[in-house]
Amino acid sequence: MIPTPFDYEVATSLEHAVSLLAGGGEEAKLLAGGHSLLPLMKLRLARPTALVDIGGLDELREVREQGEAIAIGALSRHHDLERSELLREACPLLAHAAGQIGDPQVRHRGTIGGSIAHGDPASDLPAVLLALDAELVIRGGDGERRIAAADFFLRPFETALEPHEILIEVRVPRLRETCGSTYLKFGRRAQDWAIVGVAAVVERTDGRIERAAIGLTNMGPTPVRAAATEASLSGIETVDESAISAAASRAADGAEPPFDTYATAEYRAALAEVLVRRAVRAALV
Amino acid sequence: MATAERYVGGGVLRKEDPKLLTGEATFVESITPPGTLYLSVVRSPHASARVRNVDVAAALEAPGVVAAFNGQDLAEEWAAALPMAWPVTEDIKHPDHWPVAKDSVCFAGDGVAVVLATNRNAAKDAADLVEVEYEVRESVTAIEDALADGAPLVHEAFGSNECYTWALANGDVEATFAGADVVVRERYVHPRLVPNAMEPRAVVVQPVASAGEFTMWSTTQVPHVARVTLALTLGIPESKLRVIAPDVGGGFGSKLNVYAEEALCLALARRLGRPVKWVAERSEDYLATIHGRDLIQDIELAATAGGTILGYRVRLLANMGAYLQLVTPGIPLLGAFVYCGSYGGQAYSLECTGVFTNTTPTDAYRGAGRPEATYAIERAIDTLGREVGLDPVEVRRRNFLPAGDNVPSPGGLVYDSTDYAGTLQRALDLLDHDEVRAEQAARRESGDTRQIGIGFSSYMEMCGLAPSQVLASLNYGAGGWDAATVRLLPTGKVEVVTGSSPHGQGHVTSWSQITADALGVPIDDVSVLHGDTAVAPLGMDTYGSRSLSVGGVALHLACGRVIDKAQKIAAHLLEVAPDDLEFESGAFSVKGVPDRSKMIQETAFAAWTAHSLPEGEEPGLEATYVYDPPNFTFPFGTHICVVEVDTETGAVDIARYVAVDDCGHVINPQIVDGQIHGGIAQGIAAALFEEAIYDDTGTLQTSSMMNYLVPSAAELPSFELDRTVTPSTTNEMGVKGIGEAGTIAAAPAVINAVVDALWHLGVRDVGMPATPERVWRAIQEAERGGSR
Repeated sequence: MIPTPFDYEVATSLEHAVSLLAGGGEEAKLLAGGHSLLPLMKLRLARPTALVDIGGLDELREVREQGEAIAIGALSRHHDLERSELLREACPLLAHAAGQIGDPQVRHRGTIGGSIAHGDPASDLPAVLLALDAELVIRGGDGERRIAAADFFLRPFETALEPHEILIEVRVPRLRETCGSTYLKFGRRAQDWAIVGVAAVVERTDGRIERAAIGLTNMGPTPVRAAATEASLSGIETVDESAISAAASRAADGAEPPFDTYATAEYRAALAEVLVRRAVRAALV
Repeated sequence: MATAERYVGGGVLRKEDPKLLTGEATFVESITPPGTLYLSVVRSPHASARVRNVDVAAALEAPGVVAAFNGQDLAEEWAAALPMAWPVTEDIKHPDHWPVAKDSVCFAGDGVAVVLATNRNAAKDAADLVEVEYEVRESVTAIEDALADGAPLVHEAFGSNECYTWALANGDVEATFAGADVVVRERYVHPRLVPNAMEPRAVVVQPVASAGEFTMWSTTQVPHVARVTLALTLGIPESKLRVIAPDVGGGFGSKLNVYAEEALCLALARRLGRPVKWVAERSEDYLATIHGRDLIQDIELAATAGGTILGYRVRLLANMGAYLQLVTPGIPLLGAFVYCGSYGGQAYSLECTGVFTNTTPTDAYRGAGRPEATYAIERAIDTLGREVGLDPVEVRRRNFLPAGDNVPSPGGLVYDSTDYAGTLQRALDLLDHDEVRAEQAARRESGDTRQIGIGFSSYMEMCGLAPSQVLASLNYGAGGWDAATVRLLPTGKVEVVTGSSPHGQGHVTSWSQITADALGVPIDDVSVLHGDTAVAPLGMDTYGSRSLSVGGVALHLACGRVIDKAQKIAAHLLEVAPDDLEFESGAFSVKGVPDRSKMIQETAFAAWTAHSLPEGEEPGLEATYVYDPPNFTFPFGTHICVVEVDTETGAVDIARYVAVDDCGHVINPQIVDGQIHGGIAQGIAAALFEEAIYDDTGTLQTSSMMNYLVPSAAELPSFELDRTVTPSTTNEMGVKGIGEAGTIAAAPAVINAVVDALWHLGVRDVGMPATPERVWRAIQEAERGGSR
């Protein structure tokens, strides 16, 4: 519970953060809410030599409309997302999911950028961003680039972020009125990671499902989409329970769920089926 | 003592809380004498290994490091190995347990070296630099694996992993089973649990080198026991060792022990002549503080066709871990007499085998032996009921021992007072049992994915450890008495000195209530001193729900002695005979002449000035009572748990939890309710959440609060509590213990409820903890296999 020694620098602006990070050497890490990094450091599983604290950069803590999208500053706390009137109206899935992360203390400290950049397949927001087809804005020494959430998560705790890049913004689409959505999280304790989580966005027209997007938490080395289920749902009648169940039975197709002290892979696959079915039904209400 | 009750039984707020809530409490961690060196222990990552070489040279070069030693370097410090006080049989195998391993390690967490530095972080960083050469051996962590032929030996010299086998028998068990209409056979497995006191362990030792004296502050439940045993381990005269347990943040039995780090801080303070401090990290506490439970039970009930139990036959396999800590071997014995629970019968036998494994040693954890026993009988009686066609309520009623005083049990004990049917009825009324059963039937009928189950636990337990002669018969190494001193100061204020050492229970409040009522003084005039062997030299400390029914009774009796003396002084001052006085609300008044009186505070001043005392009376007004209880106390009650089980995911939600407990007379209802709340929470934790898991290499996988699942308030329901009052006949206060009852009662109520919810689906058992996956698998298997 005592980290190895490290240098600590406070960034006063985004530019400052970029330069501090670039000058901090190979093992420099950003510190935002600290709710993923600090526990790892206390267990000495992470041993950064320098921390660049960006927690005070309020310029990265805004939730605003940006054309058809909602732009969310990377330092927005989970609590900010949960309580954002704009998100609740335009993209309720993200507000709903953010409200299920950890406990109130975690939600007041933890940030969306930290949660995404950490690349933990058990975190809730990555699967939500997949289901929303979100876009991520990244700042490095050479300026800004954008990347689809679908291309961002590479392996457990490994993302498309280069060593000295900073994730600065997350952009999610405004959901149409024909869209229903929900995030179902199955865990042992309120503050635990999900054993399995399901983010579902279901769009319907004229009594049929037009499109379904389903992101799965903790069902593989990265967050994944339940592609087979999505394909099966497309075009079916919203009241067709057996078709929904059949589609849900393919929730874990192609997934490589982990095996840990919480659950076996087999159980996770079974759970994904049940939760996907329930999430789709809930999104259709 | 005819004093009107003013405080006992009332809602007195805890006197301890303001300082705890405002950060003014003194925990061991907050004590740092000038010149303190911080100790870090290098621990083996291997479950079993020969230690070929331990090189501390690099650590010695690190910044801030003052000293570093391996096990050989420290070998001469020990006059004896670490203490084990309960050799349950004559032929028990007892391995030497050194504070730092000399040549081999037997569990992951065993210490191999120590580093001392001028600050805590430096000590921790330097500990990483100690180079240890291990020759890793095969290890074994599970009980049955350790008993298998060819199993790796935890201690090679013993030739097997069996530590002891202890047996108990009453009545003709063989004949009873041979003649029974029905025999129920069940096997239950109790997972290993991690106690997780809120405050991790910590030790500070300050030496007075010139005098050869040592003061040790420790997060201990047992300062008195620690003083005696550590004096022996270190070869320090007991008189030169002062042990202080300041504010201690919980223990649950895990601090009822004497640990390597206590011995190390003493030895290193002696060697270096400087204060030495060690504070466990939470993850270190998971490895180096005792674990609880880890037991396999085979229980058989012999019964009539009508469901009346005739006999009990129990076989236990108990995981000792790698070494025997203070009372490791005796833990199963604390439950060995109560596998019959609240029920009758004519024959009883029990055999327990202790088994060594390459794991953290087990020892006392809240309930210690009785949660295990209660689980076995409360689950097995449900099975018996189903075998003979009786519901859980009826099969219990049919078998309850009668209500009364001094009731003999099949296990050979005499229960102080009983009214088992009374708490069951009260709990049924509180629950509205018929309504819940109707809802259960409706859900079964509709095939709902949320099925309801009702689980019962009509528990009893034995606590208030203990009559010293009974402990002697079990080969326990100490007595079961406790002591109290009541001292009236010249100003009339009262000091109570207790040998019971609190660590969160609220002794200061309860003891103040008892004293204030007995002496007729304001509660704020009473101070309670504890947890320091220099202030309270006589004591047997706090564990086994013993404080009130032993230490509290000692206090009550000491108050009586003080009043007797005060009465003689009052009589002298009033120039009457002592028998002419009556004592009421702090005043000694002449019978029939109430305005001729002396307050007890006035007698205290007179005793201090000693200007005019009765002939032959000593100055001063204080008295000590050392009380050895004639029997245990036997609290009881009925807990009913209602669960909703999601049959698709296996998730278990507790919908209702009703608990009716009887601990005799209650001193402080709020404290009793708090104990029951916390106790139930820990029982539910065992039933649904917590499990220490070792992997194949003997590494503890659940080694932090991230993956060892201590439930929070969010996972627990609101408990619905009530109580009945059946005074104990063991002591004249009529009180029983309550610190462990909730934990003892809860787990079988929860698991019985889970099984009840799924019985119609063919599920016959679900192991602890009933995780969603375990429940889901039980349902899947039942669906595949049909009903039994």
